[in-house]
Order: sequence, then C-alpha cells, then structure tokens
Amino acid sequence: MKNVVILGAGTAGTIMANHLHKKLNKDEWEISIIDEREKHYYQPGYLFLPFDIYEPEDIVKPIQKFIPKGVQFISQRIERIEAKENTVRLINRQFLHYDILVIATGAQTAPEEVQGMKGEEWHKSIFDFYTFEGALALRNKLREWQGGKLVVHITEMPIKCPVAPLEFAFLADSYFKHKKMRDKVEITYVTPLSGAFTKPKATAALDHLLSEKKIAIESDFAIAEVDNDNKKIIDYGGKEIPFDLLVTVPTNKGDDLMERSELGDDLNYVPTNKGSLQSIAHKNIFVIGDATNIPASKAGSVAHFEAEILTENILRFINGQPLKEDFDGHANCFVETGNGKALLIDFNYTHEPVEGGFPFANFGPLKLLKESKANHLGKLAFRWVYWNMLLKATPIPFVPAKMKLAGKHFD
Amino acid sequence: MKKEIGTATIEVNEEGFMTNFWQWSKDIGEELAKESSINLTPRHWQIIDYIQDEYRKEVPLSIRKIGKSGVVDIKQFYELFPKAPLKTATKIAGVPKPASCI
Repeated sequence: MKNVVILGAGTAGTIMANHLHKKLNKDEWEISIIDEREKHYYQPGYLFLPFDIYEPEDIVKPIQKFIPKGVQFISQRIERIEAKENTVRLINRQFLHYDILVIATGAQTAPEEVQGMKGEEWHKSIFDFYTFEGALALRNKLREWQGGKLVVHITEMPIKCPVAPLEFAFLADSYFKHKKMRDKVEITYVTPLSGAFTKPKATAALDHLLSEKKIAIESDFAIAEVDNDNKKIIDYGGKEIPFDLLVTVPTNKGDDLMERSELGDDLNYVPTNKGSLQSIAHKNIFVIGDATNIPASKAGSVAHFEAEILTENILRFINGQPLKEDFDGHANCFVETGNGKALLIDFNYTHEPVEGGFPFANFGPLKLLKESKANHLGKLAFRWVYWNMLLKATPIPFVPAKMKLAGKHFD
Repeated sequence: MKKEIGTATIEVNEEGFMTNFWQWSKDIGEELAKESSINLTPRHWQIIDYIQDEYRKEVPLSIRKIGKSGVVDIKQFYELFPKAPLKTATKIAGVPKPASCI
C-alpha cells in the first residue's frame, strides 16, 4: 500500500480528503489526515458572530463529520516533517511514512508580532475577530459598549480574506444604526494599503461605500506599536490614532510546523508553484489553501478552486505524467456591506474584480461589484453550501475552478 | 505609457512605476527621487541596491522583509523614505510595486 498524508483538516485539507477518496484506487492507496483539533470552524462566520447575526453553534461542527469513511483521521499534534525521509513525526513519538504529502495547515493570527498588541488591554478594549475566542469576546463587548472611537485595523498583508476587515466596518455601521447609537460611534478604517482594497476598480467602489457610510479611512499606516496606557496605535512614521475600541487583524502567519521543518518562508508560508501547487523544494509535497506563498487571496473559495486542480495534478504525478500549471488564482468573495446588502467580486492572478453578472454573463442573478440584496442572500446561503457541498467536494453548479471572462466589463 | 524624465524617456504604469527595469539608470533614480522630494544619500542608495538585488532574485518584497534584512530597520526606513517607504523606494529603484497586497 502507498500513503497519501494530508496535514490539516480545515477547509482545504477536508476538501482534498474528499476529492482523493473519490479518485484514488482504494486497493493501492491509503489516505490519512492529521489535525490536533477536533472541531471544524466555519471561519467566514467569525465576521457575523460579533454582531449577533450567527450563534456559536452555527459555525462549529466536529471535524470527523466531514472526513469520508475510509480516510484515517489522526487527532494528534505534528512535531516535524522530515522531507528528506518522507516522514511526518507526531508529538507522541509515532510517525507516518508518506509517498505524497499534502500540506493544508492554513494560516493563523500572531498578535505577539506587534509590540503591545497582546498587552493589558487585549480582549478588554483590543480585540481580534479572526479567532473563535476573539469573535466571541468581541460580541460580548459590543453588546454593552456605550460608543466612542472604533478603530478597525489591519496590521500587515497578506491576511486571510482581505475584504473581511472592510466588511466588519460596514456591518459595524449597520449594527450601531440598528441600536440607534450610530451618532455615538466614530468609525475609522486603518490599513497598510494605499486604499480600501488591493485592486484598483474594487478599491474605487469600496472607497465610495466607506465615505457613504461616514467611515473615515487612514491608509499607508504601518503599525509600530499599540500604546495600552493612552489607548492609541502608533505607526513607524510617528502617526498616532486614538481608540476606545480597537478591532485589529493581527499579522497572519503560516503554521509554526513549517519553521520547525524548515519548509517555510519568513512568514512560515511554503514556497509553492502558483500554477501546479507543487512545493518548490520537494516534488512529492503539494501545498493548498492559506499555507502556500502563492500570490492569490487567502480564502476558502481559493482553496475550493485549487482543490480541483491539485487533485488532477496528484493523479498525473502518480501516473508519471507532467503536471499542468492550471491554477489561475481564481477567487470569488461576497463582501457584506451592511443593511442586508452585499457585493460580489470574482478575480484571478491577471484580472482584477470588475462589474458584470455572475455566474451567468447577462442574466446574473448575482451582480459583480454592485451592492444588492441578492448578493447578501447568496452570502448567507453559502454557509449551507459550505457544510453540505464544499467540504464534501460536491461540484457547485456553474462555478468552475478557472475564472470565466464572459460577462465581465473590462475596459 | 511613456514619461519624459531628464533627457530620457521611460515606460511607466498609471501609478508612475517603471515597467521596464532595464531602462533604469542612476540618473533616472535621482530624478524619480526628486519627484518624491527625496535627496538621495549613500544610505538611500544602499537600500535601493538591496531592493534591486532582491528583485533580480525574484524575491517578493515587503516592509517586514526589509526590516529583517540587516540593511535598515523599519524605523529608519521610514525616516529615509517618509510616509509609504516601500512604495516610494521601489518606485525610485525602478522595480514594480510590491504585490504583498492581494
């Protein structure tokens, strides 16, 4: 028997377990998936938890529920990958030999990277919403908060779901309006980028929404430290922004395992071929989702599109055929804009988000880069799609891995 | 699009970043620096050299990486190229705007 070992049972790892279970010959291949946690979190839900839109039970389910029977789930911490020996060592001195390794260990927040961020005020007046604990603590804070200066802040790029902090600002505007206290809250959006987003056309549309919602923007802000005593953030250029409530997205990093195994870059992301998803250093190691260093968004939709292409490439690798560099960087994200509306963006390595219809060119029904109620319903419906189709690698109708150019209004 | 700078003509994108690194010269670097109101000192040139070396090696650039490079710390990087140092320094160095922003 030969072995495929998948590291990480989050979105990307779980989808890969399901794809490979369907495609690999069961008489020849054994599939294992390793994750020290027992719970699978629906990470897009972290955005809704602070505003009492979702309950904790909406976004947490057992990992095991989504791992197909016939795939071995090992709930154990990984000590090290010995790439030269094709071995994964676990913390309990057990080890697994692999013929093919799939790294899907994701990315996580590292607030300790910024001086003072995880200080006295952490989870008192300084919160993150990229962890379950952070999002829940923030919900409890918002329930009783009387208003003041709310600062929504990104530490540095890249981060998971780069639109999430903007969505947070939009939803906050909507939340305080509903609580009839919007006039008591001053919202400032602070970003290391030069504008609201990373791509020009989407930035223009989003900048407009910020000003419409009276959310101030501070751009090109590279944080040096959080001053806990005086409650302000200070950047390397000396600029200071005071806050009563700081909602920050800390530095995101790949798993420490990559550092221990000497497989990662300075942020613990694994150098990966951006078209084939094969690791640069080792031919029998493949990387998917947030764990890679490829210049695509770190988002569940990206992992979903990558999984189809990676599965094909793993089959080619097994058959001794050349890999295809087919992944085009496709991402597809709903952007909540508050008041029951959302916009939708669809883009890849070479084409930035523009206006148009989705998934059908002229018909839609979803509209790209325009606010609509349908897009918001799409986002809410997506939670069902995630638990019931996406994780199980059931194809989503009309949404292929490679981006469609038809129906998009490029210049 | 094209842009006249000193006596030379260079190819730039809509944000003013050079699109053909081979067109770059030290004189053009000096001119681009003037447009950002920066007087280039030997310290600035060390950083520009480092940025160009990394670009030739196809290593993606970020403020964090420059801060850890041993060439300059982040605080001084800000003093030398105020406001948005990575953007300004890469523009003067004639390399594309870093794509650490996706």
